[in-house]
Amino acid sequence: MGVDPIVTNLTVFVLAIVVGYHVVWNVTPALHTPLMAVTNAVSGIIIVGAMLAAGPMQIDVGTVLGLLAVMLAAVNVFGGFLVTQRMLSMFRKKNK
Amino acid sequence: MPANFVALAYLLAAVLFILALKGLSSPVSAQRGNLFGMMGMAIAVLTTLTITQNIIYIILAIAVGGVIGAVVAKRIEMTAMPELVAAMHSLVGLAAVLIAVSAFYNPAAYGIAQPSFFSQAKPTLHLSSRIELFIGAFIGAITFTGSIIAFGKLSGKLGNKPLRFGGQHWVNLLLGVAMIGFGIAFCITPAWTPFLIMLALALLLGVLLIMPIGGADMPVVVSMLNAYSGFAAAGIGFTLNNNMLIIAGALVGSSGTILSYIMCRAMNRSIINVIFGGFGEGVAAEDAGAAVQKTYRSGSAEDAAFMMSNADSVIIVPGYGLAVARAQHAINEMSTLLMQQGVKVRYAIHPVAGRMPGHMNVLLAEAEVPYEQVEEMDEINNEFADTDVVLVIGANDVVNPAAKTDPASPIYGMPILEAHKARTILVVKRSMATGYAGLDNELFYLDKSMMIFGDAKKVVEDVIKSLQH
Repeated sequence: MGVDPIVTNLTVFVLAIVVGYHVVWNVTPALHTPLMAVTNAVSGIIIVGAMLAAGPMQIDVGTVLGLLAVMLAAVNVFGGFLVTQRMLSMFRKKNK
Repeated sequence: MPANFVALAYLLAAVLFILALKGLSSPVSAQRGNLFGMMGMAIAVLTTLTITQNIIYIILAIAVGGVIGAVVAKRIEMTAMPELVAAMHSLVGLAAVLIAVSAFYNPAAYGIAQPSFFSQAKPTLHLSSRIELFIGAFIGAITFTGSIIAFGKLSGKLGNKPLRFGGQHWVNLLLGVAMIGFGIAFCITPAWTPFLIMLALALLLGVLLIMPIGGADMPVVVSMLNAYSGFAAAGIGFTLNNNMLIIAGALVGSSGTILSYIMCRAMNRSIINVIFGGFGEGVAAEDAGAAVQKTYRSGSAEDAAFMMSNADSVIIVPGYGLAVARAQHAINEMSTLLMQQGVKVRYAIHPVAGRMPGHMNVLLAEAEVPYEQVEEMDEINNEFADTDVVLVIGANDVVNPAAKTDPASPIYGMPILEAHKARTILVVKRSMATGYAGLDNELFYLDKSMMIFGDAKKVVEDVIKSLQH
């Protein structure tokens, strides 16, 4: 008997939550704002879904919505990683 | 690219994302972690490009969005980070909604369609796909409008006041039930009408859930929407059976949930209260019944300079008022001068000192305060008793001893920085007005406390002048 994809998905989801839980509790509170900015970038991963939506050869409502979503997610990806980089470069040791 | 190859590339990207978050355990490893994150994203996007058509259009869309994102990232002021983060959450939410609509429009494109028994009809969705589509769409929709409202409040465009009306919770409950009802209807018979009504209700619900929340509770809201945006991405991952989206979304979701929990704890609120919205009430209405005229001592910037330069150790307690007065650079200059005179200077940060988790740390880092000098509440609370001078600047409720001593106080139980234990407490404030919680602060009336009235930046600059003499 085959397993419904929803069960496989749920397995992956729950395991990722557990990993996320342990990794995030180890983040130093001083870097919680960069954490939020980088998770903004990571949630830009939805760009992958958007690209699949924009993917079919035939251009129709579905692909146009997909392209729009690609653009929105790209704002997150670039904005998120770059602003995180900018913030992290500010954290420095004692200035001599 | 063969499907197995794609899946393995996604796995690599997912591991890189985990390493990106892991890097944030210390400022030393954080930048490298961020690079891992970028690499993971690049791998995920490039891999996906090999399995889609319309590559030119897609690259064009990425370029447009990328340029917008890059420009914003470069220009944004650090004080405006909460707004930026809220705006980005809304983009993820909207993207999730668009993808859900697109997926329902053309399920065949994702390989989630089942062939229809009727030859003339379009292919339809599996039941499990419908459920996933419904969940992904409604979380995305709530994230989208909720984040827009949060953005409006944080940027001051909507005003800071919570907006409430009678029976709000019942209206929300009704809308929520109706939304789920139409969602179930959609799962039974996949048609546009229930799907779009469900979406509209979710969009409305997002507005109504965030509207009643006041400005100072925004750190919780922003964290919560962070979690929602992750779960929205994961929901779309379920719909498309895409592990990459599920893993990344779950990581973001757990991060946002943990941050919400930390913020709730720091503000002494229950997370249940937050999830159901409408919190942050009743506090400001508290009337000081017996308005006894209490006495306090006030002094000048010169007095403060004298006391701090004669101290062995000074702890600075900055609040958001410091950032509002744009005094971060001045305070760094002041602490550098004090350290040159042999005074040990540290900063004590309350978790809700800024307008989002860790905000104050970024603001101080921007002002070139070395991070070794900046301590978290738990690290430094034991040291106040051995400290000569505490300088409270732009903060109020987070140093209110009533949180520990007065069970009747609305903030009773909230963890505070124990500034009252220091030998001398200097408080820089514009006036004796109350803080956000609308409470009087016993700290100001202690014999060992001294108020210095004025704009934070002006006061600090005056202190610097005296120190230079």
